[in-house]
Amino acid sequence: MKFIANGSKPTRHGFGEALVILGEKNPNVVVLGADITGSVMTSYFRDKFPERFFSIGIAEQNATTIAVGMALSGKVPFFSSYSAFAAFRNSDQLRISVCYNNVNVKICGGHSGITVGPDGATHQSLEEVSFLRALPNLTLVVPCDYNEARKATIAIGEMVGPAFIRFGRSPLPIFTDESTPFTIGKCEIFNEGKDVAIIANGIMVWQALLAADELEKRKGIKARVINCHTIKPIDEETIVKAAMECGAIVTAEEHQVTGGLSGAVAEVLAKNYPAPIEFVGMKDTFGGSGEPEELMVKFGLTWREIYASALVAIERRDKGFIGLRKIKDVAEYSENL
Amino acid sequence: MDNSFVFPQIIFENKRRIPEDFREISLEIKRDIIKSLALAKSGHSGGPLGITEVMTVLYFGEIMNYNPKDSYWKHRDRFVLSAGHMAPILYSVLARAGYFPCDELSTLRKFESRLQGHPGLDMKLPGIETSSGSLGQGISIAVGMAMSDRLLDKNNQNVFCVTGDGELQEGACWEAAMSAGNFKLDNLCWIVDNNDCQIDGRVKDVMNIYPIEDKFLSFGFNVISIDGHEYSEIISAFDQFKKNSEDKCGKPTCIIAKTFMGNGVSFMQDKYSWHGNPPNYEQAVQALSELV
Repeated sequence: MKFIANGSKPTRHGFGEALVILGEKNPNVVVLGADITGSVMTSYFRDKFPERFFSIGIAEQNATTIAVGMALSGKVPFFSSYSAFAAFRNSDQLRISVCYNNVNVKICGGHSGITVGPDGATHQSLEEVSFLRALPNLTLVVPCDYNEARKATIAIGEMVGPAFIRFGRSPLPIFTDESTPFTIGKCEIFNEGKDVAIIANGIMVWQALLAADELEKRKGIKARVINCHTIKPIDEETIVKAAMECGAIVTAEEHQVTGGLSGAVAEVLAKNYPAPIEFVGMKDTFGGSGEPEELMVKFGLTWREIYASALVAIERRDKGFIGLRKIKDVAEYSENL
Repeated sequence: MDNSFVFPQIIFENKRRIPEDFREISLEIKRDIIKSLALAKSGHSGGPLGITEVMTVLYFGEIMNYNPKDSYWKHRDRFVLSAGHMAPILYSVLARAGYFPCDELSTLRKFESRLQGHPGLDMKLPGIETSSGSLGQGISIAVGMAMSDRLLDKNNQNVFCVTGDGELQEGACWEAAMSAGNFKLDNLCWIVDNNDCQIDGRVKDVMNIYPIEDKFLSFGFNVISIDGHEYSEIISAFDQFKKNSEDKCGKPTCIIAKTFMGNGVSFMQDKYSWHGNPPNYEQAVQALSELV
């Protein structure tokens, strides 16, 4: 395998460090906090540039529109809170004041997904990608590890226009490095293969790499692993090419499959090159308390589900219709794992 | 019908004036509002007519610093119409200030017009600082603009914002008020159009937001209550705000302008049913005959 885990850190650390780099490069970069600055790591920026950090308190709607006012005055404001609040409490502000205005505001949603862990369902945002993806003008990025979170944060800080970056709380394997390419709107192929393509983002990219490894070891199946870190604008070319060359697709995300990366990929394929597609992600359910690893197993967000889904997708490609899809089917394929 | 509603190209200067000198300007603007709404066949009549005197002093009484020939001039003061549905008044004062040709007022709410039903930044109409229409957002944007200057750029820019009184029912307004006081934004002038009317009825009957004065006082504002149709009171209130801003008094200003919805048109005056309706042709002709 090309990628090897080299320690682990949460993506939020990469985000927090990148803000300091951006702050050094550009005096117009400002950061707005909503009380949880130590959790989302904007505290690094606050300590380095106190005159450019503004504590807005627990008022996400206000923070979002204050950021708009600052952007309209030439600043590059970053507002960060948990995704549960930075994408939903302020959704009207995001729609009209940020996206319709098409202003240079960056919203940074931390503690996303079930890997928040013990805080439970209220804090595990699993739907924001579906909402944000429908907003015109917005760029939406979900980085896969600490290093990519750094690069993605710097990239959205250097582009002009509204952007949302989604990151998480818990440590993740670090498997990309400085030399791994990252361009907004461009998928990266992390593992070559032509038997099946796994399109993943966020924490599920590492799981996809593990699944590809197991597919090759156990079945001799070569899976192409595609890191689709930018959900909007989506890289149609790479996705369609994968469908044409592999003929079977699996998507994997720490998010509801409804409208998430799965929905986005399904739209691209339906429009261009329909191919069997299996979804690994949250299946219309809320999360709950527990350790991240326990929750990933409970909700089917591990390499095992990706592995099994790849086998289902390949069978559908080879046999055509094999019956209505049920979650049970995937379990049958993965019983020996 | 279209031929009877023309918009003469008359531009007004932004200069100190005695109270009586604002009357002709306000009448021209109110005629613009009636004509553009009658041509649009939809839109909000009452609010724009009620806040016209305040907006006239703001744009044509040397209160605001702006340059219609360079609408994005860096050191301009800002105006945000948080109550975006009152767009016809904003479009009229901008046209009369020289930002765009007056006859463009005839395109209000029409297909591909720069004069959208609610202000839209995407249409790039000179003089528009932000889109607005979802109530409670514009005032918070104004707070962000005021912070940007007071706390970062320090160019002594003032930010003016008009909200409705029904708009104060939006919780987001009070988040904005909290932060304006917290950041001591003495360059922020929040104008509440207190006409006591909203679509469903009297503000106190729909959801009581009174006492407005006490609420703003408790958030750390200088509060100035005025008759929103008396030019001398309007001028005096803005002068007080500007002095507070120049002195860096550390407090934002709230001007509570007591107004009548539909002011100046007998059949609209103080009638909340005129919040969201345009005059038809006959009503417009009647209104124009009164606005002289």
